[in-house]
Amino acid sequence: MDPVKYLKSADLMSWLEELARENKVFAPRYEGDAVIFAPFDPKQEISIKHAATMPPKKTVFPQSEKLVDFTYSKDPENLSRILIEAKEILPKGTTVVFGSRPCDVRGFTMFDRVYLAEKTTDVYYKARRENTSFITLACEKPETTCFCHWVDSSPSDASGSDVLATPIEDGYVLEPFSEKGQKLLTSSLLENGERWILEVKDVHENAAGFLANAPDLSQAPQKLLDVFDNMEFWENAAAKCLSCGACTYLCPSCYCFNITDETTGMKGTRFRSWDNCMSAQFTMEASGHNPRPTKAHRLKNRVGHKFSYYPAIHDGVISCCGCGRCIKSCPVGIDIREIVQEAINHEPAIGKE
Amino acid sequence: MGNPRSESNKGDQVKFQEELKDNIRKALPELDVVIGWCGSFDPLHATPHFMRREEDIDKLEISPLSVHNLATYLPGLRGKKVGIVVKGCDSRSVVELLQENLINREDITIFGFPCTGVVDQSKIKKALGGHTGNIEFCDMSESVIVIKSEDKAYTLPMAEMLADKCSSCRYPDAVISDYFAGEKIGNKGEEDADYAAVETFENLSVPERFGYWLKEFDRCIRCYACRNACPLCVCRDHCAAESRDPHWLSQENNVRDKLMFQVIHAYHLAGRCTECGECQRACPVDIPVLMFKQKMNKEIRDTFQYEAGVDPEATPPLLSFKMKEENITEKVW
Repeated sequence: MDPVKYLKSADLMSWLEELARENKVFAPRYEGDAVIFAPFDPKQEISIKHAATMPPKKTVFPQSEKLVDFTYSKDPENLSRILIEAKEILPKGTTVVFGSRPCDVRGFTMFDRVYLAEKTTDVYYKARRENTSFITLACEKPETTCFCHWVDSSPSDASGSDVLATPIEDGYVLEPFSEKGQKLLTSSLLENGERWILEVKDVHENAAGFLANAPDLSQAPQKLLDVFDNMEFWENAAAKCLSCGACTYLCPSCYCFNITDETTGMKGTRFRSWDNCMSAQFTMEASGHNPRPTKAHRLKNRVGHKFSYYPAIHDGVISCCGCGRCIKSCPVGIDIREIVQEAINHEPAIGKE
Repeated sequence: MGNPRSESNKGDQVKFQEELKDNIRKALPELDVVIGWCGSFDPLHATPHFMRREEDIDKLEISPLSVHNLATYLPGLRGKKVGIVVKGCDSRSVVELLQENLINREDITIFGFPCTGVVDQSKIKKALGGHTGNIEFCDMSESVIVIKSEDKAYTLPMAEMLADKCSSCRYPDAVISDYFAGEKIGNKGEEDADYAAVETFENLSVPERFGYWLKEFDRCIRCYACRNACPLCVCRDHCAAESRDPHWLSQENNVRDKLMFQVIHAYHLAGRCTECGECQRACPVDIPVLMFKQKMNKEIRDTFQYEAGVDPEATPPLLSFKMKEENITEKVW
């Protein structure tokens, strides 16, 4: 069996059509002025030249998903007693995502540590994660806002992906990185790609070469804890923040959710929907007390979680994949790179603790 | 070599920018903060700039990239002495906030300048073939923007890159200010607002209009950037959209609920919105949400002959009560 395959650009749409016969296929395409991962439609052009506006997060972690359908009824034997019948709704079918970027998929490896943990496994996430394959495109040129190299990754990182596709002249070299990936590479449209291996290496090295030296973030977890109680630091960092959820919802590694029962009469559905720590409601307690009452508290949590609290309990892994969407799509241009560096370089005032 | 952007700010622009900086230098000792703009992560973007110390003033940059309406920050800074740099349109938000007693006039110091328009980043992106991720250089004059991206140079006519609100702007000068740097361009408030785009849309059939919104809102991620960027969405942490009791909006991924939020937003802004367009600019997935508010304002204009955010002493029509309205006929039973 040839482990590495080659696909001509001209055959890409036919290959996706083939894959779509047995799987639900998602590929990036223009919706208005935004590039969104949408169900593949051979009649519509796909847009893979640059990273999509939205990562394909929703393919494994939907914006809103049904968890349980439930029905209330009265116990005929005892009318004051309400019975409840609940039916779990597990995701079915296989999905293939084409055109994700290394950072987009690496985000799921950060989800995995939380939702596939031995003690508590999230069955909904697990089902989707196992049934979804990623054919990831290696980046040829990082953007100004890209910083995957800061967080132990690169423009050709295959972690979390099943196939890494590297664009070369007139086609793509497809390397499998999992059993699922190997199974995707059986089409007769694909030919042996071994002879392109050197070109692939060139593309990967060339892309990495665009990225300047990365700062040392090894001190970030401790330094962020050091400024934890320094509200002046966080008020300055958050001064221009609007406290909207664009950064978190566009983030491939933000995994927080809310649970809501939507009930009509005696029937209802329990939904899990995206939630974000920039929202005041996120930590609002039933008593009315909010431990994160201001946007400064909330932004501190977002940065701290990614660069300090998460690494502290997950083998030092930073839960940011460096895609830069939070910078690029922030309505006011907040730059998480600046905040982390300011925390690292922050000198405590002399005379104070 | 300095910032490529500021090098080209020749003539008048440099003159009023220096005058503006002098004004801020004079006022800053009495203020907690002055909000303006400075350069951002690439030469094509600016970002709100909070000036607290004198040296912060040096970074201030006014250009067609000064897109953000900084009035959004004012209600959150109540109780502080705040200076704010405003474009003509931004100043109308300040006026509306004053009209509604949401900020105190004596706490606010307003710095005006003659605004010749700001860019629409979406238009530039389109002109550059859909990609602005690798901008190397950006230089602007009144008539053109020169951009270098991925070793290619683009010379774009400024008039075509301006935000729609700027092409039909009637208030280029701040309508209220304590300091004004540069020569005023001249406001034209007596001219009628331009609602041609709304009228064209109104002429479509109901299924066409509803179909358009269903398609546009399919990609809404409910991040509420539209709401949070709005200078007049002052409920902030207590918005109907996220209230669980009463539960106005479902958490289903449902286009109708997303649309419902926009309707709530537009109704709450009827006769208050100054059409600064921040809702639309902030949207990370480019949904054209400004049109809802323009439609409401068009109705307000036709019914009450009123325009929001022009006169600090005026009472917005929906914040007042009249026994008999001139243009509303009571239902005959």
